Amino acid sequence: MQRTPLYDAHLRLGAKMVDFGGWAMPVSYPGGILDEHRATREAVGVFDVCHMGELHFRGARAAEAVQRLVTNDLGRLTDGRALYTVACLPSGGILDDLIVYRIAADHFLTVVNASTLEKDRAWFFEHARPLCDVSDASAETGLIAFQGPGAKHTLQPLTKLPLGELPRFGFVYRCDIAGVAASIARTGYTGEDGFEIFCAATDAPALWDRLLEAAAGVGGKAVGLGARDTLRLEARLPLYGNDLDETTTPLEAGLGWVVKLDGADFIGRDALRAQKTAGITRKLCGFVMTGRGIARHGYPIYPGDSAPSGAGAEPIGATTSGGPAPTVGKNVGLGYLPVTLDRAGARISVDCRGKRVDAEVVQGPFYTRDKERGRA
Amino acid sequence: MSAQYPDDLFYTKDHEWARLEERDGQKLATIGVTRFAVDQLGDVTQVDLPKEGETVKQSEVFGSVESVKAVSDLFAPISGKVIKVNSPLGDSPEYVNEDPYDEGWMIQVAVGDAKELDGLLDAAAYQAFLREQGE
Repeated sequence: MQRTPLYDAHLRLGAKMVDFGGWAMPVSYPGGILDEHRATREAVGVFDVCHMGELHFRGARAAEAVQRLVTNDLGRLTDGRALYTVACLPSGGILDDLIVYRIAADHFLTVVNASTLEKDRAWFFEHARPLCDVSDASAETGLIAFQGPGAKHTLQPLTKLPLGELPRFGFVYRCDIAGVAASIARTGYTGEDGFEIFCAATDAPALWDRLLEAAAGVGGKAVGLGARDTLRLEARLPLYGNDLDETTTPLEAGLGWVVKLDGADFIGRDALRAQKTAGITRKLCGFVMTGRGIARHGYPIYPGDSAPSGAGAEPIGATTSGGPAPTVGKNVGLGYLPVTLDRAGARISVDCRGKRVDAEVVQGPFYTRDKERGRA
Repeated sequence: MSAQYPDDLFYTKDHEWARLEERDGQKLATIGVTRFAVDQLGDVTQVDLPKEGETVKQSEVFGSVESVKAVSDLFAPISGKVIKVNSPLGDSPEYVNEDPYDEGWMIQVAVGDAKELDGLLDAAAYQAFLREQGE
């Protein structure tokens, strides 16, 4: 199993380690998932995301090369700005979801999922290398997420950089955080304000210790993959491999906002245009369990109530992500459903291990942060 | 707080426990999950149990525990008719984490055949079993 540079730090903290796509990662620390979830919503959570992939594109034609690969419009980016996007196959199916950072007109960084790094790298090399230099810096790059309403205040004493001036999806490529040469972006995967800090892999343990120490001062703590999942699900952020994959398109996934069909050409554009013209037939929907039960990945979804009169005989979809949403105090899930059911209040039921449990479609995130808190 | 593995309990390799008592000549067994099970599960968010009057069979599924991450079946350490269910777990499933041997108990059954207990482990044997499993 692969180890991040923070492996020893996790063991020292008493983390429960799991195999996550070939990586030994902390699922939780001794306080438990709910405690870590709460700490991130109320103070600060510190996350090891060193396993994620970093691919650099360099050269005069780098912008053109990256644009070929992603659905969002890179023309909107200026130096020091990043955007969320997906990369598609010619079929319109999603190869991966990623963030693209414009470091300079001739230098772009993409941060991709750990589980998809190998196929992304092969795909990017194949399609971009004719145009520019592409290099995989994943092994030598450390990445730590620092997330929560207390993130900005807690981090500020560790850097001269005026963090309040960094807009959402803004980043600074070269700066000093706690004495470590770093890059910092105002991005995250928790639904809170926060930062993601890149550094050399060799510097990651020292930076981790300083960040944890700062977080502890405000009741923050290290957060494992368990709470990372409940936090992102509650904020309704999709997870590649669960909610997105090569058989789903960004239009079906509710990611139409990152697909710019009228901008520059990209791989998959023709298929997505055709799908947009024809209209999608299924959509990634969010739902809240109204009955007693927890939907899990793979559980079948039926139309109508669980009561015999309203029960549909055939499943109409399956749960792609599901579990407790601790901050809102409900059990929630995501799943692809016929578009006719993509409306607030639509009644469905989920087969929870042989028991049909009522649920209701809801629009938008299950949890939305109070933006004033993060800004204070 | 209770001991990690109290001496007065019978244990299964599926990480449930049973506490035997006798009332008015009837043998009763209170059933729950072990500290090890709780540590593996993490935060429990829902417990599904049989109703009073239903019967459970040794080694068969009698309910399930949902934690934040996953769902796990509960296997009955002993057969019997359910006479009491720890209904506060409905609203407070965290009792299972906090106190698995007392407040976190799950069901109480009227024991049909006390000989079934012979197949269960005592505290020492259960802990030896955990060590064998590398835990």
